[in-house]
Amino acid sequence: MKRFLLAAGFFAVLLLLWDAAFRAKIWSPVLLPSPWQVAEYLKHAATDGTLAEATLITMRRLLIGYFIGLIVGLPLGLLTARWKLFRDTIGTMALGLQTLPSVCWVPLALLWFGQTEAAMLFVVVMGTLWSVVIATETGVRNVPPIYRRAALTMGSKRLHMWFKVILPAALPFIVSGMKQGWAFAWRSLMAAEIFVTILTGFGLGQLLHYGRELSAMDQVIAIMLVIVVIGLLADKIFFSPIEKFLHHRWGTSQA
Amino acid sequence: MHRGSRDRSSAAEELKVIAPSKLAIEDVSKSFQSASGTVLALDRVSLNVAEGEFICLVGASGCGKTTLLNIIAGLEKPDSGTVLADGKPVTGPGRERLVMFQEPALFPWLNVFGNVLFGLKLKPNLTNKDRRDVAKYYLELVGLSRFERANIHELSGGMKQRVSLARALAPNPRLLLMDEPFAALDALTREQLYGDIQEIWKARRKTIVFVTHNVREAACLGDRVLLFSPHPGRVQEEFTVELPRPRDINSVDLAAHATRITKALKRAGQTEAVARK
Repeated sequence: MKRFLLAAGFFAVLLLLWDAAFRAKIWSPVLLPSPWQVAEYLKHAATDGTLAEATLITMRRLLIGYFIGLIVGLPLGLLTARWKLFRDTIGTMALGLQTLPSVCWVPLALLWFGQTEAAMLFVVVMGTLWSVVIATETGVRNVPPIYRRAALTMGSKRLHMWFKVILPAALPFIVSGMKQGWAFAWRSLMAAEIFVTILTGFGLGQLLHYGRELSAMDQVIAIMLVIVVIGLLADKIFFSPIEKFLHHRWGTSQA
Repeated sequence: MHRGSRDRSSAAEELKVIAPSKLAIEDVSKSFQSASGTVLALDRVSLNVAEGEFICLVGASGCGKTTLLNIIAGLEKPDSGTVLADGKPVTGPGRERLVMFQEPALFPWLNVFGNVLFGLKLKPNLTNKDRRDVAKYYLELVGLSRFERANIHELSGGMKQRVSLARALAPNPRLLLMDEPFAALDALTREQLYGDIQEIWKARRKTIVFVTHNVREAACLGDRVLLFSPHPGRVQEEFTVELPRPRDINSVDLAAHATRITKALKRAGQTEAVARK
């Protein structure tokens, strides 16, 4: 409770400072709207359905792309960890492409797929995939050999060994790779939505883009806030519990 | 309402099966490539272990005793020679021959109960209830029933090795291979475990091959103590320890045996030093 109050106080102070800056009229109100104008926009967008629709469209693109990235990335990571041939080829490629900022996929996706959902999906998949491949490979290669040996003597082999020993042992690495993949996918999708206007649906990125076109700063800031909140929620609802569980089981948490 | 008697009796039957292995090791050799050339870790080692016998392999580090244990376990292959467990050649690891390692190789993603259950789940012809009953029995045997739901990192070193022991015993192997399992524990915990392991050995009648560099430990636990000499690894001498059980590690009779073995161990070190010159 005390922690909650402190955090709430912090954000209240932040709002007050923002409001004070608006009242002091240092910047033009076009460039810095008041918190209440932003709240007004949010209320409006929430009631007429724009916000819900945009969020839904964005989340759908994100989740589909993310899960494709996971489903392709995990096995690829296992293959690269298991066979040298895959490590030298796909592993090296993954390492290289992972260093490529995922925004850089946008121009290519546009030329290949045009102004379509496929372009969006492609960018998200590319954002997710390589982090997951690398995290899975690192995780598997860091499994202490003693686990394998112990499992071998108890009669574990092949698929059982992979699913009941190696994958669980690599889980902490894999989860941190999934988290990184999520962050990259989120960033690349926003970039893609801002750059690419497609008629099959307006996502949050597009709302942001039109806010700029119309010089509607309240809209820009409001959408940015929504994007931040979604990121926070994903972390708190999805990743935090998994990480907490892992820390608890492995005994790796400090607090 | 129909559950019960049959399920229960099959878990009980599973626990009733007591069939220690006999082991025949013939002319086993194994060498490794190292930076300084080829090292002969085992040089035509032969030995026989009777059903239900507790033997200890003692020697300085690097004398090949752990290598021999791994070969018996099927985790490594000998360059030449054969290992026969109950007359059948060992070609790979199997649950008839379980290993308890020096470091507790417990799985951190499972709790205590999950770890003990791991090997049992790989054993066919048991219902899940039988498996749980059997796991419970062994956790009780090592005195850790209360810690069933504990995470591995919450246990002390001694408790971890008890769980390892329960995990190794649970699939009811005929042969238990122990690779310096108590080396990393404090003296007090170790003494407790000496008592426990002798009791469990009596109750479950396993054939046990126990590797250690602690002579007293070997004299306390083994029916026979085999002294290994290094470079190349060979069985140098064999001692029979005929003391009543359970044996106390601090008893005077045991000290006499230990002294005898220690002397031989020192001789082995000297001959090696001479050989090196």
